[in-house]
Amino acid sequence: MLKGVSLSVAEGECLALLGPTGAGKSTLCLCLNGLIPHLVEGTFRGGVHVAGHSTLESTPGELSQTVGLVFQDAESQFVSMTVEDEVAFGLESLALPPDEIERRLTEALEMTGVAGLRSRSPLELSGGQKQRVALAAVLAMRPRVLVLDEPTTNLDPVGKAALLKAIRRLRKAWGTTVVWVTQDVDWVPQLADRVAVLWNGRIALIGGLPEVFDQGALLRRMGLRVPQVRELAARFDRAGQGGHAWLGMDEAAGVLRGRLGG
Amino acid sequence: MRQRGYCEDGLVARVAIELENCSYTYDGRVRALREVSCAIEAGSWVALVGQNGSGKSTLAKLCNGLLRPQQGRVRINGVDIRHRPVGSVAREVGYLFQNPDHQIFAPTVREEIAFGLRNLGFPSPEREQRLWSALEAFDLTAYADHPPAVLGFGLRRQVTVASLFAWGPPILILDEATQGLDWERSERLLDRLRERQDAGHTILFITHDMRLVAERASRVMVLHQGKLLAEGPVREILARPDLLARASVSPPPVTHLSQLLRPWGMKGESLTVEDFYCEYSALLAEREGV
Ligand SMILES: Nc1ncnc2c1ncn2[C@@H]1O[C@H](COP(=O)(O)OP(=O)(O)OP(=O)(O)O)[C@@H](O)[C@H]1O
Ligand SMILES: Nc1ncnc2c1ncn2[C@@H]1O[C@H](COP(=O)(O)OP(=O)(O)OP(=O)(O)O)[C@@H](O)[C@H]1O
Ligand SMILES: [Mg+2]
Ligand SMILES: [Mg+2]
Repeated sequence: MLKGVSLSVAEGECLALLGPTGAGKSTLCLCLNGLIPHLVEGTFRGGVHVAGHSTLESTPGELSQTVGLVFQDAESQFVSMTVEDEVAFGLESLALPPDEIERRLTEALEMTGVAGLRSRSPLELSGGQKQRVALAAVLAMRPRVLVLDEPTTNLDPVGKAALLKAIRRLRKAWGTTVVWVTQDVDWVPQLADRVAVLWNGRIALIGGLPEVFDQGALLRRMGLRVPQVRELAARFDRAGQGGHAWLGMDEAAGVLRGRLGG
Repeated sequence: MRQRGYCEDGLVARVAIELENCSYTYDGRVRALREVSCAIEAGSWVALVGQNGSGKSTLAKLCNGLLRPQQGRVRINGVDIRHRPVGSVAREVGYLFQNPDHQIFAPTVREEIAFGLRNLGFPSPEREQRLWSALEAFDLTAYADHPPAVLGFGLRRQVTVASLFAWGPPILILDEATQGLDWERSERLLDRLRERQDAGHTILFITHDMRLVAERASRVMVLHQGKLLAEGPVREILARPDLLARASVSPPPVTHLSQLLRPWGMKGESLTVEDFYCEYSALLAEREGV
């Protein structure tokens, strides 16, 4: 499923991982927290090092202190009767004092916008609410490495923006390293420093956002698209009003306003 | 004309889904819908958007009889479904669950799709034909004998979509149909839906992807805390960022960009890249002409 992937992510960096359906994105995520090779059947060759730990030499339990993975099918991971217990579950294994647990619990629930759902059952929530709870449970652990497997598919747009902002804050405060799988290319510029494209089990493209999103035709052949503002820039290019390569909304607005004499 | 959902006289649109004052409360505690009334025309493509927990999935489940409103009426093609069993409503209304794993039960992809067809009483040769054309339509033929559980999330989503298409109910309610799909698969799914719409089918499309709403839907309903906050043509609704913000929704990038340029003459209602480009170019030509 993965074929000779070599990849390194710097400490404190955020790498967005794109790729078509079935490319191996989730498989790669499972390699980062040690579920592969320890718990998932298959053949594993090579080595993965996360924050100084070899995933072969550490158990998934040990790795879970360092790597927080938000699974793509969030609700399959739920183990508790209430949202509060669900989020506190991992914290309790860290042997923290109760007031520290409470502090982190509250912080994580607020960060994901589900503070009002504390005493509800995690299984009796809407799809997006479930996804928020799964995120809260991992964020509360303050992992050094955060692996997010399509964490925002069910979030409303305002919730998405708020979550990305919260993660930006975490990165600033704790220097968290982030690997972020997503199909939502429009949101990639809000968080990612670099982009990698996984295609057919291999890394087909990797680089800064401008370089990767300059490859619009190649990405389309792989079944992917570029951010919509970048598509707009390409549209102006095609009409001979070129030279634009915006990725940000503000940048695009600035240039377009300027041309209208504003 | 009939196919498009008009009555014989060609004037009055037929209503496919109608909710009249519907309320739904889970376990007597969580009020999910509060007196919602709405009507969806046959042959239309309506997007349903709103905050997490605003009641979209609940509304969908009222429409196919999976949940029964404690108050109010649900009519499908004009008929109150209060006393009809879910199985009978399912012939008319297909619902794609938000989470594919809530819908997949069979040990292989092929059996998963065949299961629904058998339940609905399709005879064996027709069943086979529908099964294979659905697998083909969604590029799943190679996975026919795979257990759904070993497929990635995107393929499991596709399996549930293919099941629904195989039996082809005239009203389709899709809850986050394109989540986790790459652009190409997502576009293919939307094209298949468009074909169904052209054949007169009705589509209620629940999504958080506002770019898809702008590109594909004809009307939008906005739910907010269990109430219908607004309903109207896509262009009108997306042109109102304040209204959308109240419902935790934001317009897609080009629409937002055109709104940022309102003080400079853009109307703030571009729905697509092409839309934006054309309006902007015309505006520029006008300025330069002066
Ligand atoms: N448990 C498993 N057993 C066998 N094959 C598997 C298993 N999980 C995934 N696969 C296969 O591995 C390949 C990669 O799957 P993976 O889920 O990593 O892809 P993905 O890029 O995450 O896809 P998606 O976009 O659908 O989430 C797919 O062909 C899939 O069918
Ligand atoms: N099985 C359930 N038991 C109790 N409450 C529920 C259940 N399912 C949903 N709810 C609650 O009902 C309300 C509406 O949920 P619904 O799933 O309809 O929202 P939604 O608009 O589909 O949200 P999302 O965008 O997150 O999918 C929410 O407050 C939710 O917590
Ligand atoms: Mg995946
Ligand atoms: Mg829902």
